[in-house]
Amino acid sequence: MNGFIEQFLNGLIPGSIYALIALGYTMVYGIAKMINFAHGDIIMVGAYILLLGLNAAGVPTWLAILLSIVGCGILGVVIEKVAYKPLRNAPSLAVLITAIGVSYFLQNLFLVIFSSQGKSVPKFIHVSDFTVGGVTVSGNMIVILVVTIIVMIALTYFINKTKLGSALRAVSEDKGAASLMGINANRMISMTFAIGSALAGVAGILWVSMYDKAYPTLGAIPGIKAFVAAVIGGIGSVPGAMIGGIALGIVESFTKAYISGELVDAFVFGLLIIVLIFKPTGILGRKRIEKV
Amino acid sequence: MALLEVKNLGISFGGLRAVDNFNISIKQGQLYGLIGPNGAGKTTIFNLLTGVYRPTDGSILLDGKSIVGQSIHKISQEGIARTFQNIRLFGKMTVLENVKVGLHNEYKYSLLASILQYPTIKKEAEMNERAMEILKVFGLEEDAKLLASNLPYGQQRKLEIARALATNPKLLLLDEPAAGMNPNETLELMDTIRLVRDQFNVTILLIEHDMKLVSGICEELTVLNFGTVLAQGKPEVVLNDPKVVTAYLGE
Amino acid sequence: MANEFVKKKSGEVKKASIKKLIVIALVYVGVIVLVNSGILGYQYRNLLVSVSVNIIMAVSLNLVTGFLGELSLGHAGFMAIGAYTGSLITLHLELPMWLEIIAGLAGAGVMAAIFGLIIGIPVLRLHGDYLAIVTLAFGQIIASILNYAKSITGGASGLSNIPEYTTSKHYILVITLVILSVVIISNIMKSRYGRAITAVRDNYIAAEATGVSIRNYKIFAFVVGAFFAGIAGFIFAHNVGIIKPNKFDFNMSINILVIVVLGGMGSIRGSIIAAIILTVLPEMLRDIQDYRMLMYAVLLIAAMLFNNSKLRKHLVDDGALKKLFTRKKKEA
Repeated sequence: MNGFIEQFLNGLIPGSIYALIALGYTMVYGIAKMINFAHGDIIMVGAYILLLGLNAAGVPTWLAILLSIVGCGILGVVIEKVAYKPLRNAPSLAVLITAIGVSYFLQNLFLVIFSSQGKSVPKFIHVSDFTVGGVTVSGNMIVILVVTIIVMIALTYFINKTKLGSALRAVSEDKGAASLMGINANRMISMTFAIGSALAGVAGILWVSMYDKAYPTLGAIPGIKAFVAAVIGGIGSVPGAMIGGIALGIVESFTKAYISGELVDAFVFGLLIIVLIFKPTGILGRKRIEKV
Repeated sequence: MALLEVKNLGISFGGLRAVDNFNISIKQGQLYGLIGPNGAGKTTIFNLLTGVYRPTDGSILLDGKSIVGQSIHKISQEGIARTFQNIRLFGKMTVLENVKVGLHNEYKYSLLASILQYPTIKKEAEMNERAMEILKVFGLEEDAKLLASNLPYGQQRKLEIARALATNPKLLLLDEPAAGMNPNETLELMDTIRLVRDQFNVTILLIEHDMKLVSGICEELTVLNFGTVLAQGKPEVVLNDPKVVTAYLGE
Repeated sequence: MANEFVKKKSGEVKKASIKKLIVIALVYVGVIVLVNSGILGYQYRNLLVSVSVNIIMAVSLNLVTGFLGELSLGHAGFMAIGAYTGSLITLHLELPMWLEIIAGLAGAGVMAAIFGLIIGIPVLRLHGDYLAIVTLAFGQIIASILNYAKSITGGASGLSNIPEYTTSKHYILVITLVILSVVIISNIMKSRYGRAITAVRDNYIAAEATGVSIRNYKIFAFVVGAFFAGIAGFIFAHNVGIIKPNKFDFNMSINILVIVVLGGMGSIRGSIIAAIILTVLPEMLRDIQDYRMLMYAVLLIAAMLFNNSKLRKHLVDDGALKKLFTRKKKEA
């Protein structure tokens, strides 16, 4: 039984991080109707900014964290302005290829600057472990869970209860109509990229707090997995992204523990294909019909 | 026997009853009009007839054969062709190729033949000849090598009809063929539609807002309002029906 | 008028086939001269096979991405299937070399095509972004299974001692395979099959309403694309002699995509030229190897932005560029 709980926790941690990343995918898809393939790589950028901050003399930890989150937010906005905005009316194929290009650009830019060697990130979360009923939970895990829960509550509140949030929902429902109501759609899209990318920054920070190494392709796999999570949850749906992320983390952990480590990817991506075949809009997604 | 016999056709989207108890009977060779205010369900009926939507109830018989539940491309092969309200051409293909796609099921050859390019050259030449004949009817033969997306708007509408005719249909559905045309172009289009009916031996059902076109060429009309049939019969009778006038102009 | 047009058209077809035969003959002569005259050093002679593999990969991916208009991010997965199937056949059969090659090629192509069919089924209901992600997932699943099935595939360390049937020593065989692949694909694309595929790309609702079965032609494009990726996999495996799952990862799929995009989507000639340039250039510029992928990324973004820009519309679609060139010609 303890083993079972341990595996559950082992899945919950990456699952929470997937959920944070998936939120960015889902928000961007909801409003810009595109898959921001480079989203995963923003995690990696966040990790490097944090690393630089922590290693720089005289920068307190909180400032390094803040710089990383803000830096990612700005990066997201810049990417949108430079690469995606000119393609607003282009076919989705062109946008997707561009996004893949941006992803490759970030990975290889950091490869050229920092080399492919991983750089260790010093430990920066100091919370002591504790044991309940024979299961030890590390302080780091608790921090990750708490941060994830806070972010999710804040985001849900923001989207559903604030004026900006309802403007955001209006744009994702109907860009044209929202513009007629005086909402600046471009600003809303920028804001979405900023929030989504800042969340990816948070995810990056949590990721290196757990796995303590930064390297250029760090974001690729969690990025793709989080995307899978967003699709499983129903892309465009915020609660869907949360459920999808955590479900994915747990499936991964149980596959690793009880079936085979090598088959984890086969299970995760197989799950994605099954969901797309039987419920293409995911668990909580809404159906969109093309008008003939 | 009628070419198209539709009985009690209905469809619901969630709780919304978009079309209800729709009946129509179109005879071979007829030029039939389907009119009604915006949102009356006209295009929905086209989508039901062509298999885009599956009806919740009712029957559709084409030449005595039920086509309900068949896939879109099967229904096309059964003999219903259509055009779209918002033009849907193969934009990056030439005008000629657009029509040749319409000939897809009329001139067949195997994959092996296409790899060896034998005897496809002859088949393709026959296809070109047939496609050019059709284009000529619409005065598009000079534009055969242009990209479809580079044609002016009016010509694009014509090309869509040409492509639909290439499938050798029994019944041709035209969804607002005169939309966006000026009065002169509309007059020209009326002649073309009559010519098409006679030359291609095809039955035509059209949706239209332009009353001049409708009363000018349709032999029979069905007026649709809120998804149900409001009136049916000869144009001069139907268009003077007080119910129809109210539906269009309001109380 | 119509008849004249048809005659002209079939005359054009004949002329085109003669032109094609001449080009094929020139390719053979050119390659034989290059290899035997010693113009090409050992390093470049070896590159001949890499170029060939990339040409087949790019042209077959173009079938799916350029002509059908669906982004496939798992093309390397089909290549892996071909490489592993082909290698297992040649490793285990004890037959004369030529028979082994024929059996291996057939097995590689057919097995990859079967997987193309399998991936084609979920693909039926999807298009656009979702379809792209399914192909990506498919590539990952293949890699995962290749790692897992150690008793057959050798797991992470892969298969080795694969007979070297398609090295630059056997360049005639390799070139023949490339020419066959390109000719078959381009002939299919010029036929009613190709027309149906492009119609689905341009407007799938209209294509279906015109009597083209979207389902059949989507699967068809995937199956044919996968078949030739399998062939490319065979050539790849029997050139390097060792294959591992990580050789066929996402990066490989992206490399091929870059070739297709830069060569021009829907242009077979473009794919061939881009495959040659993007394989040879990095080899010549070894010193900047690290910057290669960075350059690819920038090129990819720039190409997409340019293709969808007003500038391009002005230069290409409105014919400003053409006018510029024709005027120059007149002056000269």
